[in-house]
Order: sequence, then C-alpha cells, then structure tokens
Amino acid sequence: MFDNLSSKFQKVFRHLKGHGKLTEQNIQEALREVRLALLEADVHYKVAKDFVKTIAQRAVGQEVMGSLTPGQQVIKIVNEALTDLMGGTAAPLELTGKSPQVIVLVGLQGSGKTTTAAKLARHLSKNKRRPCLVPADVYRPAAIDQLTTLAGQLNLPVFPSSVDQKPEDIVRGAVGFAREHQCDTLIVDTAGRLHVDQELMDELRRIKAILEPQEVLLVADAMTGQDAVRVASSFHEALHITGVVLTKLDGDARGGAALSIRAVTGCPIKFVGVGEKLDALEVFHPDRMSSRILGMGDVLTIIEKA
Amino acid sequence: HRSRERLADRVDRLVLGKKTIDADVMDDLEEILITSDLGVQATQLLLERVSDRVKRKELQDPARLREALREEIARILSVDAPPFDPAAAKPFVIMVIGVNGVGKTTTIGKLARRIKTSGLSPLLVAGDTFRAAAIEQLERWGERIDVPVIRQKSGADPSAVAFDALDAAQARKADVVIVDTAGRMHTKVNLMEELKKVHRVIQKKMPTAPHEILLVLDATTGQNAISQARLFREAMNITGLILTKLDGTAKGGVIVPICHELKLPVRFIGIGEGMDDLRPFDPREFAEALL
Ligand SMILES: Nc1nc2c(ncn2[C@@H]2O[C@H](COP(=O)(O)OP(=O)(O)OP(=O)(O)O)[C@@H](O)[C@H]2O)c(=O)[nH]1
Ligand SMILES: Nc1nc2c(ncn2[C@@H]2O[C@H](COP(=O)(O)OP(=O)(O)OP(=O)(O)O)[C@@H](O)[C@H]2O)c(=O)[nH]1
Ligand SMILES: [Mg+2]
Ligand SMILES: [Mg+2]
Repeated sequence: MFDNLSSKFQKVFRHLKGHGKLTEQNIQEALREVRLALLEADVHYKVAKDFVKTIAQRAVGQEVMGSLTPGQQVIKIVNEALTDLMGGTAAPLELTGKSPQVIVLVGLQGSGKTTTAAKLARHLSKNKRRPCLVPADVYRPAAIDQLTTLAGQLNLPVFPSSVDQKPEDIVRGAVGFAREHQCDTLIVDTAGRLHVDQELMDELRRIKAILEPQEVLLVADAMTGQDAVRVASSFHEALHITGVVLTKLDGDARGGAALSIRAVTGCPIKFVGVGEKLDALEVFHPDRMSSRILGMGDVLTIIEKA
Repeated sequence: HRSRERLADRVDRLVLGKKTIDADVMDDLEEILITSDLGVQATQLLLERVSDRVKRKELQDPARLREALREEIARILSVDAPPFDPAAAKPFVIMVIGVNGVGKTTTIGKLARRIKTSGLSPLLVAGDTFRAAAIEQLERWGERIDVPVIRQKSGADPSAVAFDALDAAQARKADVVIVDTAGRMHTKVNLMEELKKVHRVIQKKMPTAPHEILLVLDATTGQNAISQARLFREAMNITGLILTKLDGTAKGGVIVPICHELKLPVRFIGIGEGMDDLRPFDPREFAEALL
C-alpha cells in the first residue's frame, strides 16, 4: 500500500526533479504537507508548528543526495528530526540505589496503569529482579482485585491492600512487605485521575514523598489527542515524571501524542504497550515511532526504494 | 469547566478585537478547532463554510463568526435519529461496546442508575469475561446502585453469558438488559468476530434485540476515534455514541467529524466517575463548550 504522505510528496516535487539544492520556496509546500500529516497524527498544534519551523531551517540549503528526489530528501530530514526529538535511542529504566527500588505509575483514568504495572513486573522478573506489585488504587471498583489477579497469573508477590486503607498507608506498608519477601523492586499502581484534580494530584505528591521512587512513569494512551500536552505537562509539573509508557499501540493510532508528550516534558518514552496480554510490552524505538507518526510504515524502505 | 470559559474568552477577544475577519482571525480559529480535536478536515470544512459566508458579506461582523461556527457545529451534531427510549420494548436490550479503557463498564453503572431512577428495572450482564476483575468491577457497580448483575466464571464464552442472561431477564421480568463487553481494538479481526457473535446470539434469542448498540468513545482520544467509529460500525449497526471523560480538559471535538461522516447520534456524555455523572447530550451546549 502506498502511503499518503509520500504520494503527496511525489506530487509536490514532481516539477522539481533535477534541482540540486532544497530552497525555501521548494520545500514550503512539502512542509505544509508534513504539518498536516502531524496534525492528522494528533501531534499538538503548537508542537507541529515549531517542528516544521525547525525542519525548514535544517533543510534549506541541503544538497539533494544523488539517489533521492527532493521529496525523499525532505522525508529523510523530517524522519531524522522526529527521531532525534523523541530521544534518538531507547532509554532504559534507571533502577539504582537502596533496595527496594520503586516505580510509581501515574496517569489519567483508563490509560493502562494497572495492566502496565503487571507487564513491568513480568519484564523485570525476566531480568532477574524480584518485583512486588502494590495496588494503591482504592477508588476504582475492583482495582485491587484486578492487580491481584494479574499478580497471580504471573506468580509474583502482591501487597495485600484493602479499600479502607489510605494510599499513603498502603505504600508505607509495602516497603516493609518488600523486605519481608526479599523483593528488590516495588511497582506501585495508583488510581487514574484527572491532571486538574488538585486533591488527587496532592495525594500523588504525598505518595512520592513517602517512597522517593527511582521512576515515576506517566502511563499515556497512544490514542490521546491534542490534550496530551496539557495532561503530560500537568503531571510533570506536579511530580517530575522520569519517563513515559505509551499504551495501546497495537491499534491503528498514529500516536502523535508521543511527540507532544516528549516535546513538553523532555522525558523519554521508555516502553510501549502493544496488547492486553502481559507479555505485550516493548522497549520504545524512536525511529519506528517516527515512521508511524508520519504514517509511512517504514520510512527507510521508502527512501531506499528511490 | 474553567478551561472552556477561557477558550470562549479567547475567541471573543479574537473576534471582538478585530474590525474585519482577516487571515489572522482564521488562523486563530483554526488553532482553536484543531486543539479541540476536530481534526484537519472538519476544521477546514467549517472554516470554508463560514468564510464563504464572509465572502458573501453575510458575516461582516466578526463577533458573529463565532456564533456562525457554533451553529454549524451544532447542526452537524444534531443527527436525526429515533430517541433513546428504554421503555420501547421489554426487555429492552442494550449492548455497550468500545476500545479498551474508554469507560464502558462505568457508563453502564451510570446508565443503569438513570434507568432505575426513571422507574424501570435494569439488569446488568457481565459480558467482559476476559479482563482481570472486569466481572467484579461490574458487580461492585451493581451493589452501588442496587441493580442485579448476571455473571458467569471469568473466561466463559461471552455469547453464552449473554444468551443465559436473556433467559434470566425474562424470568426476573427485567425491563432493561445492559450487556457489558470486553474492550477491544477495532482493528483486531478475531475480537470483532467475537463481538459479532454476541450480537448474533442476542438477536437469535430476541429478534428485535439488541435495541441499542452504544459505542463508547473517550473525549481524550484524538483522530483515532474516527477509525474506531468506522470499524465498529462496519461490524454492527451502532445506534448511538456515548462520549466519556468530558470532565477533564479534553474537548472531544472528534465527534464532529464522526457525526458528520457516520450520522450517529450522541446519546449521553460522561462527566465523572460518580453514579450520577451521565448526562443527555445537547449539541448546542457542546458546541458552546467547544468554542
Ligand atoms: N489493546 C491494548 N489494551 C491495553 C493495553 N494496555 C492496557 N490495555 C487495556 O486497557 C484497559 C484499561 O487498562 P487498565 O490497566 O485497567 O487501565 P488503568 O490506567 O489502570 O485504569 P484506571 O485504573 O481505571 O485508571 C484494559 O482493558 C486493558 O486490558 C495495550 O497496550 N493494548
Ligand atoms: N473522569 C472520568 N473518568 C471516567 C469517566 N467514565 C469512566 N471513567 C473512568 O475511566 C476508567 C476506565 O473505565 P471503565 O469503565 O473501566 O472502562 P472500560 O471501557 O469498561 O474498560 P475495559 O473494560 O478495560 O475496556 C475508570 O477509572 C473509570 O472510573 C468519566 O466520564 N470521567
Ligand atoms: Mg487501574
Ligand atoms: Mg469494562
């Protein structure tokens, strides 16, 4: 299937074959297409605008490589810039310091925190760590049951919290529990909340102060639209998140939220969720995400087809 | 809804501060519509419609531009459809579907509460047998609003659960049956087939059912909601939409292109996690909150 953006590019550049250098004029129309593609992928309006500006600066004056058309050259530049913006290479979890090390998962309602907690536990236990799951969502009906069931499927320890406890007391108790059970990592599942809910954001601040976690990961849905910037910046301002997990990438969302979130927080996207099952967690690859946002399968093969 | 008022103020400032509608005003409107998730095409369509009227000098007063846009949006959202009437059959069967985590189960709790308050007796069906503790979640909701829940074991065949639940509904003389389903990506063919099977089984048991098939969309979702609506509609005859999580800062503007293309009515909106946080949808009010 021939993709949208590159076929549009072909049209834009048909009359440009043979030009040696990219000029302000001849990339203008192409950059308009890039901007529209980014908006269609749900990249935030301002982020897309700034990005296109950067591209223009990068591209003007560049020689068109012998094997490429000007359109392919622009795609190449766009793809490289997108990849850079999303962090270049994959960022691992930073779990060092005294035991137990702590990962806290935060995010909006339904983004995938509880499922991701279990996926991370599985991932870490495959990497010779001893994780313990901590259900600290006392609000959503059956949230504790959900994480406890998932822990059971993985055969991993789970802190026995109950809905009449305060989340602060749960996480305090969990530290002792981890020591008793020789666990070196706590993975704390918190209730979904709106970034504008001050009371619940304060609760997260208190949980963070108690645990001093190594990682505070924002779990965000890859289908998120323009609101992603506001959500991510609010969570980041309140909690200084250390990274992002982008979930539900197994659908057909282009995932422009990845770019928006990265741009406003500067935090790396560490993992992506690619399914409901507990093995459906992958390390984030900025280059793949870039191709996906542009809606072009694999940009490199398109360029190589030249 | 502080952020919405602020957005409206922005538009006011924008149009009141300028004597004529120029390119800057259009650019700013584009930004407002795009950042409300209307998407590039719907935004262009709306701006073209009003700019035609500007050219025809119908909209020389910039202050009327905003009103004109609201009217256009409200018109698109006012889809012609039969009303939501759970008293129209007995039992009236409602299927609730959608991608993962959009708010199906919670919405069912809220909807059952509304139906119960209106004097009808609802029955909930735990048709999500896949997700961990999905059944327990619906049971907690049943306890909360005092409505019975029909369930089987985790892992049971969801169409068998629905089949048996319709028997139970008849035996208990329930007025309304609401079937929860597992969240699923609209792109997963096997899971969509499973959903169609639930639908077929309900239909076999009661040829006029399901009377409503409600697709739940999350207001935080961007352009992907269009693909969700298209593919769920291809799989079965959706009768309406529910837009959840409008209590946050997301505007849910993606329903504009969806209603435009698919002509599906929005039945309700979700504005919180509490049992009373479900409201009928009002196109005019929605358009006003948008801009
Ligand atoms: N397809 C798909 N579904 C996912 C993924 N991650 C999570 N889910 C599903 O998304 C839904 C919500 O996931 P949860 O883990 O319950 O989300 P949560 O953030 O804990 O939700 P709250 O606690 O209610 O805020 C469930 O149906 C999960 O199975 C993913 O990567 N892909
Ligand atoms: N703020 C807000 N949260 C909501 C609303 N509706 C649902 N939620 C929350 O969103 C999360 C997911 O809701 P569920 O009802 O479990 O969603 P679901 O579609 O049944 O999820 P799956 O069955 O896992 O696919 C829960 O934390 C709900 O409390 C709403 O209108 N506003
Ligand atoms: Mg959860
Ligand atoms: Mg559910």
